[in-house]
Amino acid sequence: MPDGYFGSYLTLAIYSLAMIGLVGGTLGLNRLVSPKVPGKEKMTTYESGVDPIGSGQSQTTIRYYMFALLFVIFDVEAVFLFPWAVVFEEIGVFAFVEMMIFVAILALGLLYAWRKKVLDWI
Amino acid sequence: MPLNWVLVLTTFLFCVGVYGVLARRNAVIVLMSIEIMLNAVNLNLIAFNGALEGDRLIGQVFALFVIAIAAAELGVGLAIVLLIYRNSFTVSLDEVNLLKW
Amino acid sequence: MQGLIFLVVAATSGFAAVRLVTNKNLVHAALYLVVTLMGMAIIFLLLTAEFVAWVQVLIYVGAVIVLLLFGLMLTRAQIGKTALDRQQRWVAGPVALVLFGVTAPVLWRFFDGRTISLDRQSGNTEALGTEIFTKFVLPFEVVSVLLLAALVGAVFLAKKD
Repeated sequence: MPDGYFGSYLTLAIYSLAMIGLVGGTLGLNRLVSPKVPGKEKMTTYESGVDPIGSGQSQTTIRYYMFALLFVIFDVEAVFLFPWAVVFEEIGVFAFVEMMIFVAILALGLLYAWRKKVLDWI
Repeated sequence: MPLNWVLVLTTFLFCVGVYGVLARRNAVIVLMSIEIMLNAVNLNLIAFNGALEGDRLIGQVFALFVIAIAAAELGVGLAIVLLIYRNSFTVSLDEVNLLKW
Repeated sequence: MQGLIFLVVAATSGFAAVRLVTNKNLVHAALYLVVTLMGMAIIFLLLTAEFVAWVQVLIYVGAVIVLLLFGLMLTRAQIGKTALDRQQRWVAGPVALVLFGVTAPVLWRFFDGRTISLDRQSGNTEALGTEIFTKFVLPFEVVSVLLLAALVGAVFLAKKD
């Protein structure tokens, strides 16, 4: 087991390559040895057993965008929580107050979204 | 690692982003090109942070802030694109001329 | 070893970026963006910017791509061989080429011989946290105000009343 910064990531890289090789190898083998008899029915898109209606490029509603947006914003917030948690004990109360202000300001945004009924799924 | 190599890569990615912003018609692709340009800037900040003397990580802190700001920018930018699409049913930048007269 | 990995990843990343701005299918463009951003994350890891690399994976590959894909699906972008380029396309290629042709040699020669130090025994999350939470306090709080403004603005713009 190699150590150090690059050593630990070398382990991760070897592991990832092995996994990619395993999945790719089995799927490739499947593709090589399986018989292929394509038909019109077989080539339709699988939609949980229901016949697909319309084109694959249908328009989604704007609510999905709202949730994706909230996800992005609070993902950024969560990312800043990681280094905060690492140095929390060293810095102490000051770091706690900082992060509480940060979270409180973003909570206002969540409150706004709630009041605008973005969180409701009608 | 030589600093040169990284700088040429960042320049290349930035120029690809410039090409995308200037040449593409779809507003969403233009936003993607802007993300590539911002990423090239991040790589530059990190490369110089490693190349300069000293132990502080100011370049990486800047890169973090740039990532956060890019996420916010993309949220608002896409909202504007969606608003334009809702009003004029197009995201083609050649046809959007609301601010021209 | 690091140099070799860098060259391979940089070539992949640059190729994916070029395909992003030249291909005809918009969803493929988003997937090429994933390849470019993952390549950048690997290069961040190589330059020992460990935390930034994982932030890149979390925010860009995890969240921003989802947002962009929803943007594509909501605007019902035409997929296929539609004319995706603008009328000013003829100016874009020369501008990008000249920019690269001027900037890259200058940077190459000016920073010739400088190296990025890669000697690091462990990750840097702790140093980064200390930096942010003791020296960059005000920018950190301003980021939250910026995110709040972006959230309120985007909700206000996109909300159908």
